[in-house]
Amino acid sequence: MEFRFFYHFGRFLLMLKGMFSRPENFRMYWKEFMKQCVDIGIGSLGIVAIISTFLGAVTTVQTAYQLTSALIPKSTIAMVVRDTMIIELAPTLICIVLGGVVGSKIASELGNMRISEQIDAQEIMGINTKAYLIGPKILAALLTIPALVVIAAFLGIFGGLEAGKLSGILSHEQFMEGLRGQFDGYNVFFALSKSYTYAFIISSVPAYYGYHVQGGALEIGKASTTAVVVSCVMILFADYALAAILL
Amino acid sequence: MIELRNIRKGFGEKEILKDVSATMEAGKTNLVIGASGSGKTVLMKCMVGLIPVDSGQVLYNGEDFTTMDDNEKKPIRQAIGMLFQGSALFDSMTVEQNILFPLDMFSSMSYKEKRKRVQECLDRVELKDANKKFPAEISGGMKKRVGIARAIVLNPKYLFVDEPNSGLDPQTSLVIDKLIKDITVDYNITTVVNTHDMNTVMESGDHIIYMHQGKKQWEGSNEDIIFSEDKLLNDFIFASEFFQDIKEMRKMEIFRDKNWRSKGGEAPTNS
Repeated sequence: MEFRFFYHFGRFLLMLKGMFSRPENFRMYWKEFMKQCVDIGIGSLGIVAIISTFLGAVTTVQTAYQLTSALIPKSTIAMVVRDTMIIELAPTLICIVLGGVVGSKIASELGNMRISEQIDAQEIMGINTKAYLIGPKILAALLTIPALVVIAAFLGIFGGLEAGKLSGILSHEQFMEGLRGQFDGYNVFFALSKSYTYAFIISSVPAYYGYHVQGGALEIGKASTTAVVVSCVMILFADYALAAILL
Repeated sequence: MIELRNIRKGFGEKEILKDVSATMEAGKTNLVIGASGSGKTVLMKCMVGLIPVDSGQVLYNGEDFTTMDDNEKKPIRQAIGMLFQGSALFDSMTVEQNILFPLDMFSSMSYKEKRKRVQECLDRVELKDANKKFPAEISGGMKKRVGIARAIVLNPKYLFVDEPNSGLDPQTSLVIDKLIKDITVDYNITTVVNTHDMNTVMESGDHIIYMHQGKKQWEGSNEDIIFSEDKLLNDFIFASEFFQDIKEMRKMEIFRDKNWRSKGGEAPTNS
């Protein structure tokens, strides 16, 4: 088990090292980067919007349910929703979802290209496939996933605001009051640090599994599943590590 | 010209290529034939650098490809065109985009010139009305043609073709064989074809290498094959009675031609 870990880790590092070379044609790399930005960023926007809005709404209702003391002002609910969304739910939970959505797509796309010899065809043309196929995916993830996390945090808070009003827990004014109270900008820095780390995991781990697939359709499926599982576990480990280091 | 010198390759304990040496000349269709598992595909992948060799040399016009680093390999790789067994077309791109891709990546042509070159290649492989179709929407034979068009779009010096006739009907196979042969002669390319299609061997094999269990068992032309006494080669090529009969007929034809020529006359044609 240990040796397998070191084998995969070593090969993963070699894959990353192989990405650093002079692009054969910068315009083609840029085109691929923009395509990946659309695929990863715009392609995941819908699911991120739905999940984050409902996460915020549920957090509002459940926090109100647990705060039974009359001594605690209702605006505290908004503070809890805001900080939970920014610190944990938007970066971690959304990235776990993205690990499934984006990770499986990257692993299966590269796996299919490997099995059908499309990667070999590009290698023979003289293209550095690690740089051309994996590099733009990682860069696009690093650009779009933090943006998605920011959007998710805003939508989560918006979901909480509306859920509070609709369920009669607290008014918009009370929610806004709580939202402004005791805001710590460091939380945003912490959330973005998390989202950059997760973006790298979500894109590079599935790329590794997809790029090194051997076999047929069954192996593509296995690689895709493994990629998602490993990404999610790594996100959870990174979540704890970052919390221990940065908080 | 491509020269192979004492190529050895193994995977784990198993030795796949055992001291293979050969010379592939320009302007000729060099065929590598052999049963499944004889090491043809591994040999081809070693030649193009997809699999590193354990020992030996692959020389492209005298330059040792095996000792080069990735950057040094790039100019040679850009002079290589390859048609894969499954065509390996980029399935997210249309036929036109597939052929345009190497040009976009490596050429400094204007968009108009690139489009013209793509059309030239499509005309060369006689593919019409498929520009905007995706690989999933075209037949196996058409995919092979697109693969050939993509392989020749950068005017390669070396063309590698792996099992060009696999999954194709006999008529389409003939067309693909003729196309490869014509392209080889017209552009003076060094072409290497992996095949076990006997029609290809007889029709377009200028230079044939027969592989058996990872070794080069026999080497010669398609005319030499008829007179070969190599038992393994004969068992492989003329396995059926049908092919035995064809062999005898070809022998008689060649004898008759030589006889006529020796008497100063023109050899009679079948027509």
